[in-house]
Amino acid sequence: MEEFLQQLINGLSLGAIYALIALGYTMIYGVLRFINFAHGDVFMIGTYIGFYVLNTAFVQSLGPGAETAVIVFLAAMVGCGLLGVIIEFLAYRPLRNRPKLTVLITAIGVSFFLEYTGQLPFVFGADPRTFPTVVEKTTVLQAGGLVIDSYQIIIFVVAIALMLGLRLLIMKTRIGTALRASSMNLKAASLMGINTNAVISFTFFVGSALAGAGAILYAMSYPKINPLMGILPGLKAFIAAVLGGIGNILGAAVGGFIIGAAETMTAGYISPTLRDAIVFAILIIILIVKPSGLFGRGGTEKV
Amino acid sequence: MRKLLFILLSGLLSGGIISCGNDGSDGGEESDVIKIGHFASMQGDIATFGQQTNNGMLLAVEEINAAGGVLGKKIELKTEDTRSTTQDAGLAAEKLISQDKVTVLLGEVASSLSLVAAPIAEREKVPMVTPASTNPEVTVDKNGNVRKYVFRVCFIDPFQGKVMAKFAKENLNATRVAILKDNANDYSVGLAKNFQETFVGMGGEIIAEQAYEAKQVDFKSQLTAIKAMNPDAIYVPGYYTEVSLIAEQARDLGITAPLLGGDGWDSPELTKGKFKEALEGCFFSNHYSVEDTTALVKSFTEKYAKMFNGEAPGAMSALGYDAMYIVADAIKRAGSTEAEAVTKAIGETRDFKGITGNITINSQHNAEKSAVVLQIKDGKFTYFATVAP
Repeated sequence: MEEFLQQLINGLSLGAIYALIALGYTMIYGVLRFINFAHGDVFMIGTYIGFYVLNTAFVQSLGPGAETAVIVFLAAMVGCGLLGVIIEFLAYRPLRNRPKLTVLITAIGVSFFLEYTGQLPFVFGADPRTFPTVVEKTTVLQAGGLVIDSYQIIIFVVAIALMLGLRLLIMKTRIGTALRASSMNLKAASLMGINTNAVISFTFFVGSALAGAGAILYAMSYPKINPLMGILPGLKAFIAAVLGGIGNILGAAVGGFIIGAAETMTAGYISPTLRDAIVFAILIIILIVKPSGLFGRGGTEKV
Repeated sequence: MRKLLFILLSGLLSGGIISCGNDGSDGGEESDVIKIGHFASMQGDIATFGQQTNNGMLLAVEEINAAGGVLGKKIELKTEDTRSTTQDAGLAAEKLISQDKVTVLLGEVASSLSLVAAPIAEREKVPMVTPASTNPEVTVDKNGNVRKYVFRVCFIDPFQGKVMAKFAKENLNATRVAILKDNANDYSVGLAKNFQETFVGMGGEIIAEQAYEAKQVDFKSQLTAIKAMNPDAIYVPGYYTEVSLIAEQARDLGITAPLLGGDGWDSPELTKGKFKEALEGCFFSNHYSVEDTTALVKSFTEKYAKMFNGEAPGAMSALGYDAMYIVADAIKRAGSTEAEAVTKAIGETRDFKGITGNITINSQHNAEKSAVVLQIKDGKFTYFATVAP
């Protein structure tokens, strides 16, 4: 029982990070109806932004603690947000009226561009780097064999707070209303006087910023970073978004937790080598059984 | 078919380039140098292995050339990056042999990568010496046939696994041990298998066997399962990139048992920063200890530190250094750079006084020598015991 609870906690804290990344996929899909395959690599850039900020003399002098954490999270979120906006402006906006497939292939191109540029010796280099300490890790709860550390709590609190913040932003603000309108019908929204280009830029900013926050949480828990590290978490978060119903924000969050738990449980009780396979198996099953996802509305869409 | 075409094309291209070069001015220089090729992981997951090995070789080359070279010729080291991937390892070996026309091929540290190049060396009939690949199949293929052109200057996995099993049983009094291995890695699987055989043979018990795959970063599921069995020690015969993360996550979960490993741990990156605490008191088997005070080792560590900004040489540096000297020695004894003669001479290496011990190449093309067990104290690798073959 203890072992099961421990596996569940491990899985949910991993799932919280997937959920944050999945939100970006789903928001962008909601508005533009296309999968931003470069999203996982924006996440990777987020860890490097954190890495370089943590290695600046100023942050080093602060040492690990709350101030450092705030600086690193803000830097990664703003940095990733801006990167998302730039990618959209340079790569996707010129293709706005082309077939969706063109944009999709461009997204894959952007993804490769970020991965392989990152591996160049004068950019990040291909070697894994050790991510410095953001805040000291302490054991919060130890009951029998069950151990919960402060990082798992931080991941949970930060992820849930950001999700609630996102919900407020979308439901209660003007730009949120515009975003919802645009996701219903982009053309109609623009006819109603909504500046859809601004809404799309905003969507990319928020979605990528969430990936930036997820990046710091991820790098804190697994402190080895490399330019190809975004591929697998990116894919899994994408699957989480599909599982929850792509385009649906609640679905992305729930999907993230389910994927995280499924992965850890499989590794713990069946075989660790199946941990990636199970996630893709879930994708296949959901596409066969309920293609619109757990919370998604029906309707066919060509991706 | 595509592969054949590629080889044909690259052969044609390189032939063209080299013949052009020879027609030109450097035709005469061709005989002034002996080219030694080194394919190594200069970047990627095991980058420090490749860099250290290469540095060891560079030091050896400098010394040999300063002392007048070999057969009156200078040695020139050509290094090709494999980026820690099997795809690039094959390309690097092909390029060094067909384009650079090296006399001897040196490399890799990772057994998986050496296993890619060994058949190429066999096909091209070029002697290959691996400084640090410990998987038996590098020199002896699956059918038990010794590869004629492939040698190594390090001990092999059965020995390394045996050393750690003996150490766990006798020095740590461990009876219940868990294993966490990298399933996609020939080296890790080999060590785990031999550890298990010896440990069980000595009356110990393997209570859990878990696996992971390189590039994974979350090992908590495996470690949670291991923790439930409450082992005396955990054998983790992987590479340093994953071992650091495994150690940290094990401590997070409240596992206090020491981790044991092999020479794949030997990297300054292992105990960098926050990983230092997690690995305190753990043990691993290795080829040599930097703390060795014999004159030979001392002069090596001093010269190495002088050449590379005060860096302490790791086992990979020492093996790279020894590999280069053994090749130079063989060429000297062969009296020519002709492949067959050099191959024969390498195979006849007897009692060569290297940094990593006295090296004798046996009929299986393996080096017979002792191993050391190091303990991690305050982030440093300190000498603990020597285990003879």
